[in-house]
Amino acid sequence: MTDAIEAQDLKKVFSGKREVRALDGVSFAVEEGTVFGLLGPNGAGKTTAVRVLTTIIKPDSGMARVLSHDVTKEAGLVRSLIGLAGQYAAVDENLTGRENIDMVGRLNHLPKKAVTQRAVELLAQFDLTDAADRPLKTYSGGMRRRLDLAAALVARPTVLFLDEPTTGLDPQSRNDMWEVIEGLVEEGTTVLLTTQYLEEADRLASQLVVVDHGRVIAEGTPAALKANLGTTVLEVGLHDHDDASRATSVLAAVGSHTPNVNGNIVEVTVDNGPQAAMAALRSLDQQGIVPTAFTLREPSLDDVFLALTGRRAEAEEAEEENGVEPDPDTLNPAPSAEAESAPIPAETNPAGGRS
Amino acid sequence: MTTSSIAVPTLVRTPLSTGAGARLKWAFADMLTITKRNLIAYTRIPEALFFSTVQPIMFVLLFTYVFGGAIHPPGGVPYVNYLMPGIFVQTVAFGSVSTSIGLAEDLQKGLIERFRALPMARSAVLAGRTSADLVRNVIVVIIVTAVGFAVGFRPSTGVLAYLGGLGIILLFAYALSWGFAFVGLSAANSETAQVMSFPLLFPLTFASSAFVPVSQMPSWLQGFATYQPVSVVVSACRGLMIGGPTATWVIQSLAWTIGFLVILTPLAVWRYRTRT
Repeated sequence: MTDAIEAQDLKKVFSGKREVRALDGVSFAVEEGTVFGLLGPNGAGKTTAVRVLTTIIKPDSGMARVLSHDVTKEAGLVRSLIGLAGQYAAVDENLTGRENIDMVGRLNHLPKKAVTQRAVELLAQFDLTDAADRPLKTYSGGMRRRLDLAAALVARPTVLFLDEPTTGLDPQSRNDMWEVIEGLVEEGTTVLLTTQYLEEADRLASQLVVVDHGRVIAEGTPAALKANLGTTVLEVGLHDHDDASRATSVLAAVGSHTPNVNGNIVEVTVDNGPQAAMAALRSLDQQGIVPTAFTLREPSLDDVFLALTGRRAEAEEAEEENGVEPDPDTLNPAPSAEAESAPIPAETNPAGGRS
Repeated sequence: MTTSSIAVPTLVRTPLSTGAGARLKWAFADMLTITKRNLIAYTRIPEALFFSTVQPIMFVLLFTYVFGGAIHPPGGVPYVNYLMPGIFVQTVAFGSVSTSIGLAEDLQKGLIERFRALPMARSAVLAGRTSADLVRNVIVVIIVTAVGFAVGFRPSTGVLAYLGGLGIILLFAYALSWGFAFVGLSAANSETAQVMSFPLLFPLTFASSAFVPVSQMPSWLQGFATYQPVSVVVSACRGLMIGGPTATWVIQSLAWTIGFLVILTPLAVWRYRTRT
């Protein structure tokens, strides 16, 4: 087993009006030929990790290697081996699709002929042939992302970094993007993917880490993460607080975790959706509680966060300044009942995810 | 998992050479790639085209026909002849703002992030931007020449001297664009870049001998207006295009240009490297 990407205790602090610990000791390893997911909310440090690994910025401390090459000491070599596509779709909107790919190809120092040929291939592969000679201004969001990814692939990188490749895309475009990424991995590319969507990490990644406030708070396979979480979330809306608190005790019996009350809505993760739904309805009916809404849904990043940290995923780094890191074990939402099965604590990480 | 051949990219790249000669060759090729990209972009941004072509035409017409009657150049020179060297310098000076706007936009849109992750020469982003602006300025001075001739501008010193004057203007503009590269890299976005640029440019272009003889200005302003770099370059161009004292102004112009390059180029490169 070979690691295509290794990160060891990466730290990066951005000083400014407010000091931000973007990376506060992040470690992970990505096996060659796999998709690795960095899952976390906005501001968790995912993009900073990608920027360090792609040589754009230097870490304050720690070590990172791509294909055994140090990203700071051998930055030039690393750059010639990697591809980067980002959530900001870093493409020149005044150029056409073809011109963008040509430019990135030439800047990768590929021979002119090879670039021209490759551009034709990539435009066809990403279904952009018809739009190839139109300026990017006229492209839709999904087309821009595809072009961005196509440009990242021009030199056939062995390791590909995708920073939130589907954020802001419609479901169809997102699905297309997923299929493209799966195709790349079949061809042997190693992919590091950052995402805010549990569903995306689940679909694509074989291993993932959950990051929060610049630290790894959980890691493992998506299946393990979800197994600890319950596979489905049952959401029940109630008339008032009184009903909600009564429903909470009823739903606690069917859930795999303690229910979470959010206003008049009670959420509980369950292992078998339909069965649990039946049981929940029966019990609610026995108690004479009539729900106003009743939904089964896939768990989201929010649910993972709630399970891991006891709070919702938030974009603001509220606790960043004093460096307080909520411990996944002590802040587990169900300390009494669930303490034994705290979801994949990072301590089990063989690579030493926590300092 | 296969363990072999992980470090070999599957597409044959031109070999990464560590020799200084090869590096220089690639730095030049990368600069040309970026220059080409910027020039293509200029042709597709209507505002940029307007800014570079229509704006100087308007200035020529405005000063020739509206303000010109009130301005009396020394020695009875026709005002349009006095004006045109000033218009050239003012046009390229204003145009250098686009260097700062362009770089601020590249930063804002994440293009510079992409460039930083590519195995290209670090210098190419800035060198390519300033070179594209130089090419654009060449086109602009040709257009302004045509407009000048249409409104009665008649240089009297011969083709070579005239071209020499244009050369001095273009070199000066190239040096200025490195300064505005620094401004663009320091701005949070393209709007800020523009707002930061004009307060630097207005006193230099208008408190100069570009449009109005310095002798018609208040005495406290005359010292600055005579010896500041824009006036020096304008004076050199007047010498080369319509006659009068030339050598001393040309030497001073070149001194300013070289001085700007020596200071502003490393400053812009430093800003590019340290900008996160």
